[in-house]
Amino acid sequence: MESINAKYVSQKISKTRWKPVSYSTLQQPEVFATGSWDNEDNKISFWSIGSHGSVSMEDGFEGDPQLLCEHKHDGDVLDLQFLDQDRIVTASSTGAVTIYRHHQNNQTISVCQHWARAHRYPCDNAPCTSVVCSSPEIVTVGEDGRITVFRADQEGVIRVIENADSSTIHAVTYLRTTEILTVNSIGQLKLWDFRQQSNSPSQILSLSGDRVPLHCVDRHPNQQHIVATGGQDGMLCVWDVRQGNTPFSLMEAHSAEMWEVHFHPTNPDHLFTCSEDGSLLHWETLSHSEIPSFLQGGRNSSMMSRSAMAPAGGNQSLISAWLSGDSSKGRLETTHMLPSQTLSVNSLDVLGQCLVCGTDGEAIFVNRQVPV
Amino acid sequence: MEEVDVEPAITNIPAASGGKHLGFAWGPGDILVYETLYKASGVKGSGSSFIHEVRKDEDIYSPILRKLFNESHHIFVGLQTIREDLPSKNKKSQFVSISKNYRSVIRACMEELQQVAVSTKDVKMAVQYGNQVSILLAIELIWNLCEVLFIDAAPAGSLLLHLLDWVRLHKADVDEKAREVLQSESPAEHPDYCDVVVSYVLQGRLEEARQMLVKQATLQPAARNMYKLMDTLLSKMPFYNPGGTQTLTDFDVKWRLWHEEVDRCLQDNSFASNRHLELICKILVGDEDTLLEHKELLSTWYHFLVTRLLFCHPTVKPTELHYYAQSCMTMFLDSRSVPEPLDNILLAAFEFDIHQVIKDCSIALNNWWFVAHLTDLLDHCKLLQSHNLHFGSNLREFLLLEYASGLFTHHSLWQLAVDYFDHCPEFGRVYLELQIEHVPLDTERKALKVLRICEQRQMSEQVRSICKIMAMRALRNNRLGSALSWSIRAKDAAFATLISERFLQDYCARGTFSDLDLIDNLGPAMLLSDRLTFLGKYREFHKLYGEKRFREAAKLLLSLMTAKIAPRSFWMTLLTDALPLLEQKEAIFSADQTHELMFCLEELTSSLNTTAPSTDRPMQEEDMEQTKVELLRLALARNLAMAIVKEGTMET
Repeated sequence: MESINAKYVSQKISKTRWKPVSYSTLQQPEVFATGSWDNEDNKISFWSIGSHGSVSMEDGFEGDPQLLCEHKHDGDVLDLQFLDQDRIVTASSTGAVTIYRHHQNNQTISVCQHWARAHRYPCDNAPCTSVVCSSPEIVTVGEDGRITVFRADQEGVIRVIENADSSTIHAVTYLRTTEILTVNSIGQLKLWDFRQQSNSPSQILSLSGDRVPLHCVDRHPNQQHIVATGGQDGMLCVWDVRQGNTPFSLMEAHSAEMWEVHFHPTNPDHLFTCSEDGSLLHWETLSHSEIPSFLQGGRNSSMMSRSAMAPAGGNQSLISAWLSGDSSKGRLETTHMLPSQTLSVNSLDVLGQCLVCGTDGEAIFVNRQVPV
Repeated sequence: MEEVDVEPAITNIPAASGGKHLGFAWGPGDILVYETLYKASGVKGSGSSFIHEVRKDEDIYSPILRKLFNESHHIFVGLQTIREDLPSKNKKSQFVSISKNYRSVIRACMEELQQVAVSTKDVKMAVQYGNQVSILLAIELIWNLCEVLFIDAAPAGSLLLHLLDWVRLHKADVDEKAREVLQSESPAEHPDYCDVVVSYVLQGRLEEARQMLVKQATLQPAARNMYKLMDTLLSKMPFYNPGGTQTLTDFDVKWRLWHEEVDRCLQDNSFASNRHLELICKILVGDEDTLLEHKELLSTWYHFLVTRLLFCHPTVKPTELHYYAQSCMTMFLDSRSVPEPLDNILLAAFEFDIHQVIKDCSIALNNWWFVAHLTDLLDHCKLLQSHNLHFGSNLREFLLLEYASGLFTHHSLWQLAVDYFDHCPEFGRVYLELQIEHVPLDTERKALKVLRICEQRQMSEQVRSICKIMAMRALRNNRLGSALSWSIRAKDAAFATLISERFLQDYCARGTFSDLDLIDNLGPAMLLSDRLTFLGKYREFHKLYGEKRFREAAKLLLSLMTAKIAPRSFWMTLLTDALPLLEQKEAIFSADQTHELMFCLEELTSSLNTTAPSTDRPMQEEDMEQTKVELLRLALARNLAMAIVKEGTMET
């Protein structure tokens, strides 16, 4: 907890995202972007925690985030995703989707693509709630229940699924290159296969009966069938989308809405969640043996053999710790990562050993020594 | 009416000068002002179409001060959770550390403002930032003094040490000057050299003064003995050590001895040949006239007070402070006729009149932040108990409510206000209930956050109202699914009925259901309203029919009518839905069931005939209805025959 660094930024932060680094260089991330919400003038901002940024470090606070540049943003920033090293996509409460370019040589931001009213009602704007990209493709979802597909380099819309959902779609993620997964406000996960022309989901999974709204979703970075979601009651659910229509495991995590869930991108035995209750949790699955838990196999091999999506090539026994079917004590450890906090933690992002999160208390927390 | 303490400030409304008449409306934090036509009726004047918003608390809109509000909110919440049952000794140290936290937040804010004030190019903004800095400086000065006098409540002896720290912290320009002097080529000849040494002595920083004196002593070898004597005097001055074993009386004796020694040196003119050293000696002996000659180095009367106490009354008791403070202020301010508000506030503090301090601060400062937080802290220290206002509940709550209401009018800081309201036991909840409904709900995410606030506090009325707003909005945008979800969340049966009605209308019009993902997954929420139950069950019938589970479908369909779940207006549709089932090769409805169906049809037709003569209906429609009934009757009769035959054969 000592390595946590708080900075007050005079704007309520809705999203924080690390700028991607190339995996080959094994670099730690240095630059992150934030989006604000509920301000008269909202902004997206770029910050640096590096010591050799272009900003002079006057005060000796090592690692205190320094503002690189900022740009006005119309409406609340409801989601933020890096398209590549210097382009970032925002989802706005005005229904607009915008791509900004961060010019690193002179630290400025410019708009390079803007789709106004990407999400809308017949006579009003509908907030765009979430965006996911796999360059150059961008998929957005909104309160209007639409799924829209854009390409970064094309002005028009590639594909729209109208009425994809009768309620609000809160989040979207890629399952595979042609498949996406959405979560909605009545507790359902819907799989959409873009290879099919039909405008109906290929599969619907749901929490039985409770209809608890789901707010966030993330896919296991290596095992594409494992998905984690977080909902209004603060529960963390892990799903195996190949398997059954109900969650694989349910874990009590927070006492209020879980706003984001993220697997660690390179060490998926670790997972991070943040919530309206003002807490940020670090989840770690503990393996019994020396072998990394994702290599432990065979416990549920019958389940695996039924799988249609199991990767070919002899690693059939791969089974994730998240699905080891045993979420009893000792297998899962959780730690609070923030000092006592009363206002909502709206967003988090983790990359390498660095974690950044933003709160309604107008603070950004950066931890550069996440034990993963 | 009570008398006002000060004349209220006048705010000019720019567009409304020249004898125009204004109307106004109170808002939760602001006032709306508009021009009215004060003329005899019928006369049409060209009134201004502007509405002016008059804000009480401008500081809330400063981006840098927002950090102060956010950080202090965190400290405030921490303070409220300090347990009541802690021994008071532990509590005191906690309160002091919380007070220090507040002050460090003020300081951080002040430093940032100072930086921005220097770097900004806009002259007007620079002035504004400069003003804010001076306000924060004053706030910190007052807070620090209150911390020493009220919260820490230092006893005689340590009291003076704390006051010295207080003066040193707020008269830090000495250090800057000293740095300048020391960096020059020969410090002892720098024009400010004397001032620095004297300033050090005035602040009781004798160690630093001695180091400075050494520099001059080396230049004047002839006066070496004199410098040595001064050095000894300075080094021997006793300071009370609160942590040590020495009692206050011991210290007093020691100090008197030292004082006599200094006095002796002055009497026998030991420093007569060096004006500078003689001046220091006069200060050490506490000579008031000498001190007053150096007003520009002291710069304030309270510095004078502390210096005077240091060299004349180091064991001053808290209860004696007000006497010295009063006299120092009159002595120091003789040239200026009127003391400024800050002087009065500090004087009131020295007089231990907490309520006067808070009152004067409320009048002098343009924000509620300071008084609200200070009062809250003092209240936690049990220093404000006996005081009740003749309005509101008590002083602490009154000020917190004012501050929080101001925050609530801010488009972004309203979230902070919630916790402040929570800690106002008497009126906090009412305030919150009134204000929370005014938060604009632009997105569902914001609505969810507001809902969470209400739900955590069991504010069911507000929960219902928020859900209703969201449901209405969804309905307006033709998002029936969303609308239904919201009304289910609010447990709003009437609205759920309305939306179910819309779903059924849509079905009748189009022949298909929209939003199947929602209707198929209603679960127990279906029981919210009868109409919703019917909607869910009716959809279930279609599902069963689609899956060719005819028997179950038929049973469900019949029960919808016999159990009176289906509205009468929908019976015809249900009976029509039964047609294809009746026309199946195999008898699906049993004889009994067919009887019941027939009964339903008769009930429907008879009620239609009696209640609705419906002359205005087009003949065509009437005809169609008639044909439908005929068809149904035929199908029912055939089915009955089939069922009877079948049931008869099975028995035998």
